[in-house]
Amino acid sequence: MTAALLRASGVYGGYGGADILNGVDLAVNGDEIVVIIGPNGAGKSTAMKAVFGLVRIREGAVAWDGRDITNLSPDRVARLGLAYVPQERNVFPNLTVHENLEMGAYIRSGDISEQLARVYEVFPPLRDKRRQAAGLLSGGQRQMVAMGRAMMLDPRLLLLDEPTAGLAPAFVEQIFERIVEINRAGIAILMVEQNARHALALADRGYVLVNGQNSFTDTGPNLLANREVAEAFLGG
Amino acid sequence: MLEFVNFYLIPGIVLGSIYALGAIGVSLIFGILRFAHFAHGDMMTLGAYVALPLVVGLGFTVYAALPVAMAGVVLMAILIDRLFYRPLRDRPTIIVLVASFGVALMLRAAIQFAWGPHSHVYEKGFRKPIVVEGLRIAERHIWIVLLSVALVVALHLFLTRTKTGKAMRALSDDPDLARITGINTERIVAWTWVLGGGLAGAAGVFLGMDTQITTLIGWNMLLPVFAAAILGGIGKPYGAIAGGLVIGIAEELSAYPWIGTTPLLDPTYKSAVAFAIMVAMLLWRPSGLFKGRVY
Repeated sequence: MTAALLRASGVYGGYGGADILNGVDLAVNGDEIVVIIGPNGAGKSTAMKAVFGLVRIREGAVAWDGRDITNLSPDRVARLGLAYVPQERNVFPNLTVHENLEMGAYIRSGDISEQLARVYEVFPPLRDKRRQAAGLLSGGQRQMVAMGRAMMLDPRLLLLDEPTAGLAPAFVEQIFERIVEINRAGIAILMVEQNARHALALADRGYVLVNGQNSFTDTGPNLLANREVAEAFLGG
Repeated sequence: MLEFVNFYLIPGIVLGSIYALGAIGVSLIFGILRFAHFAHGDMMTLGAYVALPLVVGLGFTVYAALPVAMAGVVLMAILIDRLFYRPLRDRPTIIVLVASFGVALMLRAAIQFAWGPHSHVYEKGFRKPIVVEGLRIAERHIWIVLLSVALVVALHLFLTRTKTGKAMRALSDDPDLARITGINTERIVAWTWVLGGGLAGAAGVFLGMDTQITTLIGWNMLLPVFAAAILGGIGKPYGAIAGGLVIGIAEELSAYPWIGTTPLLDPTYKSAVAFAIMVAMLLWRPSGLFKGRVY
């Protein structure tokens, strides 16, 4: 096995109280789209938060590019080339779209016009809305701002927590297209998705989590073709 | 009509500007640190007293003493935060609120210890107001309003044009997202005290220019300043400006003989106006005019 860009091994942890993660293993290679699916309460979002230092890891380890980052604080993780987009409350509502993107590059000094131009290129609707408060945008546009904010740091890995949750079908399609486009530009993607079929169809690999443990791991197409997975998690 | 403008409206605008400066600080501090800062009035008092020896002893003009007073309050605010508020940062905010009440008492006692219990003035005697077509306006009132406007414009530019100012608004919007973004919370907190303390210091000096300086001037401002912050929507600095002006003008106009020849409300009940507005706002629209937070 080659060294993965991100590797979580045997991770146990939660929000204090009982563990939600009971020995999760995850790996993302440099150019992959990796999708985590599973029933509600399986610990999908928690696993992602644990990687980013937002959930206390009690046992196990997270390695980034071969370096141990277990329980590193989120602001330090952000400096390493990982960017995280939470499912909810993922934009600053009273800041304009442009200011949201600027905040994405907060820890970076110097010129950010190149990054801004790239975000507006990937998400053209944002260019026209750049002087508007992000809180006034539609759900889909807000998701674009959130992903754009994360891209401002030129991350090597983008963590997306249910990027299409609650979006209109037209936007779901758009967001998935953008994710593939971002990935083609060389950014690895790790995402949690409720839209499991759709997400697995474009995933290089997928993980099925149940009760905070790995249940299935395979390539996206293989998981889609797996009857057990289909019946239990993809609605037959 | 002229009497109304000269003796009610102009003093209302002056008082409102002073309230606004205090309320912006209260609102900013609430937005970032999530507690009602009860020592804010006494920080205003401190500003008035820092300028006092410079004006009375060293012969500075009060305008030259203003930046020194602001800087003095900023330093004290940062020191107080380090000593009393920072150790309580992760505790429930009600504990910090009570701590700020204690800080208010300590500040006032320290001021009384250093400067004595007597009242002071920056300038003895009476200066003739400027009279234009029957409009009478004291020179100091013009300066108080102009300097307040200048401070508010400077604040606006800071919040909208600088990276630190934008990060301050971001942190006020969503502290968790700010942390994920890599914004250093403690640095922004320090800047919050720079702005809140500086404006409180200026408000204190302006207040001292307009009345006698006593150890209670700031404390007596606390109620209208909180009322202004709530009226504007707590956590919304721009709302606080509007709130301050509304409260200041409403207080002064309440004493105008609207019906008959006697004041509508005896001037001694002025502060009740602020209180009534605050209670009405909390009942009717707790998010304030500018949709702030509700607690």
